[in-house]
Amino acid sequence: MVTASPRALNEGSSLRVVEVSKHFANADEPGARTHALDRASLSIAAGELVAIIGPSGCGKSTLLRLIAGLDSPDSGGLWVGSEAISAPSAERGLVFQDPNLFPWLNVRHNIEAGLVARGVLREKRHEVDEFMRLVGLETFAKAYPHHLSGGMAQRVALARALINHPKVLLLDEPLGALDAFTRMKMQDEVLRLWEARRTTMLLVTHDIDEAIYMSDRIVLLTQRPGRIDRVIEINLERPRQRNSPEFLRFRSEILEMLHFAGKAAATV
Amino acid sequence: MNTASVPVKEPVQASLPPAKAAHAVAVVAATNSKLRLRALLAVPIMSAIGIVIHLTVRKNDPEPDTTSYLIFLGGILGLSLLAGAAQFYFDGRLRRWMAHMFPIIAGAIGLLCAWEVITSGVRLLPLPYFPSPASVLRNMILDWELLFDSTWHSLLLLLGGYLLGAVIGIITGICIGWFRQARYWGMPMLKVIGPIPATAWIPLAMVISPKAVFSAVGLIALAVWFPVTMLTMSGIANTRASYLDVARTLGAKPAFLIFRVAIPAAMPNIFIGLFMGLGTSFLTLVVAETVGVRSGLGWYLGWAQAWAEYAKVFAALVIMAAFFSTIMTLLFKLRDRVLAWQKGIIKW
Repeated sequence: MVTASPRALNEGSSLRVVEVSKHFANADEPGARTHALDRASLSIAAGELVAIIGPSGCGKSTLLRLIAGLDSPDSGGLWVGSEAISAPSAERGLVFQDPNLFPWLNVRHNIEAGLVARGVLREKRHEVDEFMRLVGLETFAKAYPHHLSGGMAQRVALARALINHPKVLLLDEPLGALDAFTRMKMQDEVLRLWEARRTTMLLVTHDIDEAIYMSDRIVLLTQRPGRIDRVIEINLERPRQRNSPEFLRFRSEILEMLHFAGKAAATV
Repeated sequence: MNTASVPVKEPVQASLPPAKAAHAVAVVAATNSKLRLRALLAVPIMSAIGIVIHLTVRKNDPEPDTTSYLIFLGGILGLSLLAGAAQFYFDGRLRRWMAHMFPIIAGAIGLLCAWEVITSGVRLLPLPYFPSPASVLRNMILDWELLFDSTWHSLLLLLGGYLLGAVIGIITGICIGWFRQARYWGMPMLKVIGPIPATAWIPLAMVISPKAVFSAVGLIALAVWFPVTMLTMSGIANTRASYLDVARTLGAKPAFLIFRVAIPAAMPNIFIGLFMGLGTSFLTLVVAETVGVRSGLGWYLGWAQAWAEYAKVFAALVIMAAFFSTIMTLLFKLRDRVLAWQKGIIKW
């Protein structure tokens, strides 16, 4: 059910992260500081879909929060297009692993929230229906979040972020809590949204298959303090085959880089 | 309520072969009618027993005329028989209501019977402190004008104080919960002044206020203010950080964060505060009416007690029970409406 848009959309914008470092005060030990990110640099072209993978606690989520503007870096700078990032903005949407839908609002009002927040609901009300159709939830307009399945709730979260037409969409393990089948279906959904709108997307995941299946490039982060370890270009045709030999070659390559290929491989 | 039984029955019919389905339906109908019969007869039988008890023991009652109680029980008997007949002609709503309510009504009449047996019947409790239900009802009817007037005054006082306290409490709670400066200065004040029972301010309130009514409104408002502020504050301060983060990335400004995220998220807490405040407001109302204000149900209680008219004391207590529980029910209804989104998340 690909809804081909009449307009040629190209909403994405380039994203630059330059030499960004971030420390956090340690809650348990006063005075001690956790070094979350160490001079991480990253450059993403407009309309690109880049995945970030790395061990847990490597600062992936920290990087996304910095790009979203929810935290500010200790040093270094971040830019969307030519604009420096200093505060949260509707131009940079964020979707978490937990959909974080407002439980007191029904599906329609959740999707509308961005329009209300920006004070443009009156002019853009017609887009609400469009986005509910886009994620296939038009019949659930009046349902409250706790009646939705995990996959449906995440689709609402996507529509809620997309209704602001963000230049960059940040996805923090958005499919991490879904079962394997729903997850594969949702990967196609996200790709469909991306292909239709060409929003620049930055996807944090720890599912290697997901990263290979979806992204143009994969960024590997090191163990804390997070540093960009390697960038892998995924030059596969879309739509991709999860079981093609090229796909599997990428997979084993990345597993080896992460030292998860298995004991036999590690000793070679 | 009425939807609960329907979806259960249909799948049973659909999934079973016809013969078994018919059997299942018959079983359901049989248990229904058995339940209905028992529920149907509970109230008429209980009120008939009440009438018999009353006719047997009425000669012991110091109250000269107890016809009103007889009419009351007779009325219930008549209405319940009427309802029993009507439910054959109406849709299931009346039947379900009866199945639900008749046992509890019968139980209440049973309590009245026990009360009458203990007082007029075996004279277990000393008079005049424990009058019979017939005597209480008669006094309620004789004194209805003054009781009505007292209830009306109590209502005005309660509503005035409660609304004032709730509104101020919600506003201060939001300020203390959201703004760091307000929390720094407000929290100590809340912690030190809040726990003083509102009634302890009575001596001071009487000096400050020119009229007892104003001081009573102020005291009730104070009694409501503390729990409402406390709960609102903790609800606002504990708004899930991720809701606020999401709202910020959607382009929210501070007003949106407060009014569209923090306050809705704090609503369940605010209602807990409103319920606690309602409880303390009843207490403060009765005390204030007993010591200062010269009207209302609390005043009526003291007045009846001074004249040793204990039937009137009981009458006032019955009215109070009905009055306070009605207001409590209204607040529950408001909560059900405002927090409709919680249906299915938590059990009320």
